[in-house]
Amino acid sequence: MMYTSRRNLLRLAGAVGVASVLAACGGGGDDSGTGGETVSADDVTKALQDGGELLIWSWDTTIKPTADAFMAKYPKVKINVVNAGTNADQYVALQNALQAGKGVPDLAHIEYYALSQFALQKQVADLTGFGAPALKDKFAPGPWNGVTPNGGVFGLPLDSGPMVLYYNEEVFKKHNVAVPATWDEYYEAAKKLHAADPKVFIAADSGDAGTTTSMIWQAGGKPYTVDGENVTINFADAGAQKYTALWQKMIDEKLLSSISGWTDEWFQALGNGTLATLVVGAWMPSNLVSGAPNGAGKWRVAPMPQWEAGGTATAENGGSAMSVMEASTRKALAYGFLEYLTNGEGVKTRLDNGAFPATTADLNSPEFQAKEFEYFGGQKINELFAQSSANVVPGWQYLPFQVYANSIFKDTAGQAYITPTKLADGLKAWQDASIKYGNEQGFTVK
Amino acid sequence: MTTLQDAPATTPAAPKKVKRYSTKPRKSITLTLATGVILLYSVVPLLWLVINATKSREGLTDSFGLWFADGEFLLWDNIVSTLTYDDGIFGRWFLNTLLYVLAGAGGATFLAVLGGYGLAKFNFPGRGGVFAVVIGAVAVPGTALAVPTFLMFSQMGLTDTPWAIIIPSLISPFGLYLMWTFANDAIPTELLEAARVDGSGEFRTFFQVGIPLLAPGIVTVLLFTTVATWNNYFLPLIMLKDPDWYPLTLGLNAWNAQATTNGGEVIFHLVITGSLLMIIPLIAAFLLLQRYWQSGLAAGSVKE
Repeated sequence: MMYTSRRNLLRLAGAVGVASVLAACGGGGDDSGTGGETVSADDVTKALQDGGELLIWSWDTTIKPTADAFMAKYPKVKINVVNAGTNADQYVALQNALQAGKGVPDLAHIEYYALSQFALQKQVADLTGFGAPALKDKFAPGPWNGVTPNGGVFGLPLDSGPMVLYYNEEVFKKHNVAVPATWDEYYEAAKKLHAADPKVFIAADSGDAGTTTSMIWQAGGKPYTVDGENVTINFADAGAQKYTALWQKMIDEKLLSSISGWTDEWFQALGNGTLATLVVGAWMPSNLVSGAPNGAGKWRVAPMPQWEAGGTATAENGGSAMSVMEASTRKALAYGFLEYLTNGEGVKTRLDNGAFPATTADLNSPEFQAKEFEYFGGQKINELFAQSSANVVPGWQYLPFQVYANSIFKDTAGQAYITPTKLADGLKAWQDASIKYGNEQGFTVK
Repeated sequence: MTTLQDAPATTPAAPKKVKRYSTKPRKSITLTLATGVILLYSVVPLLWLVINATKSREGLTDSFGLWFADGEFLLWDNIVSTLTYDDGIFGRWFLNTLLYVLAGAGGATFLAVLGGYGLAKFNFPGRGGVFAVVIGAVAVPGTALAVPTFLMFSQMGLTDTPWAIIIPSLISPFGLYLMWTFANDAIPTELLEAARVDGSGEFRTFFQVGIPLLAPGIVTVLLFTTVATWNNYFLPLIMLKDPDWYPLTLGLNAWNAQATTNGGEVIFHLVITGSLLMIIPLIAAFLLLQRYWQSGLAAGSVKE
């Protein structure tokens, strides 16, 4: 496949797009979130009645039906939903459109890890003046933390990804292995499963930035501290060391499958029992249902394994916000739809279409928690998701250039999976490359 | 995405050679074996595509890749699902691709023929300079120009319109170069002089004497530009945001990317079926245009 070269091309295009991350910051001003315009609830109501056109960029398939319902409610509003690419592809497109100053959407779907980048460059609107801070308690702490980098509110949570352990019960039962509650037990289970059947691996990991940062997050690590333009990167704190110690063992003893995530091969392995677990966000079920249909009835959900027996700490993995773009000329109207979409009637439409909520009301609703999933043998998996959502370790921050940093993960830290390089050294290489890039972009990175 | 790599020979052999080989075909076991291997290499992916387009989601992950899944033959169902998924957007992408190919590849071929003929058959100051520029342009990959072109087009307000795909597709330095070398050989200057003596104007000469002689070359360039436009990925990726204007390459990629989205629906079976549907027109074009690659049309028209 031409995948690598395409990625490099995208990276190139992205580099063109972010060639001046800080140019828009006017160089060194104080970027704490007190910017943005003031828009009252009445302004929003009026905008909805007057109507107009909105352009939304999102790859989420649940946005369209929600927009349709919204248009039925407010006939004068016309919403165009455009899928401009998935994750990083869309960020490249968005940077290109911002660079060109044309074709920027009113609302854009941006994952939490990428949001601070757009926020720092003031490319997404600060919603503080729209009354967004009052919505804080409506959302789970993890997602809210995700939309409030640098003190402003740069979007509203669309979904979240509290982490859990998905495991193939059939495989565990067959080899008589207990479901791991701690990471030590997880390591033991990995050995047992692989010894019982050399084709079976407990997990596939060939180096994924999102997984790694989420694992360190759960272990209490805080590799990134961001204060405006002053950034510190440290992948050697206690939390990160816990993770690298365990994962190094897993790599050295060849307990991890090298299948790349999200490929058809990966889905195949999830379906046929050769991959026994998956530690990932709560949005995974619909991917499993359509991607690994032959795993139906075999998979179950358990809490994420813990670093300390009896602990409850979890982390977020993935999850995204919807942000109003600074370039939009219809911010009041855009905010009206954003509220409907993220904490109004639209949430129900999205949940019915398979989305995972970020709103506490839905996470805690009896109806949501009581839902039984056939694919998971009738298990009420939402209870576990809600529990995980409430236990996310607070205070995590992403880099204001995380999109780029994640794009070079494979070339740095990823080497630990395919060469004798130690994971800790690989993370150090990732750290150094990220520091170098950050300084080139005009940040002060240590 | 597989493309048909066994493209035709770029320049038809000179007429004299053709004569010598056509009278006495040589046989060589090594050569036959080598071409056999190449044939296998080209056909296996195609075979894989055809076979896997008959499987369901479960069948795709359960069964051996190069053989049919037990007890299921869902080609028809898959085609129907592909054409109806997401309100039948596949059909729209197909028509878009067709539009880009007809306008882009057709226009590129026409311009290449005009330019190649002019450069080959007319002497004018600066011809060497033009030649150098064209050779240089052949060396620049289109991908490298995509981002600058995007910035330029967005200034002009052309991004996110079909023009953003068609205009860059019109320029094919390689096609121009091919046409030029071909015209050099295929059109004897004496023939043009004869036409002029008979009182034919330059355009009439071009259309009635030049074009028929250039036909094999034109078909070759047309096929090249068609394949290039049909499989164009990076340019539309940068230029287009509106799925309503996507060509098939982008559309299928968007479908494929659904698998990697939080909570997205995984539709590999539709991506595979869609890919199969996408290459059928290309194969048809090759088969239909094959008979036009005959050189030596002008052989014997003049004494050499």
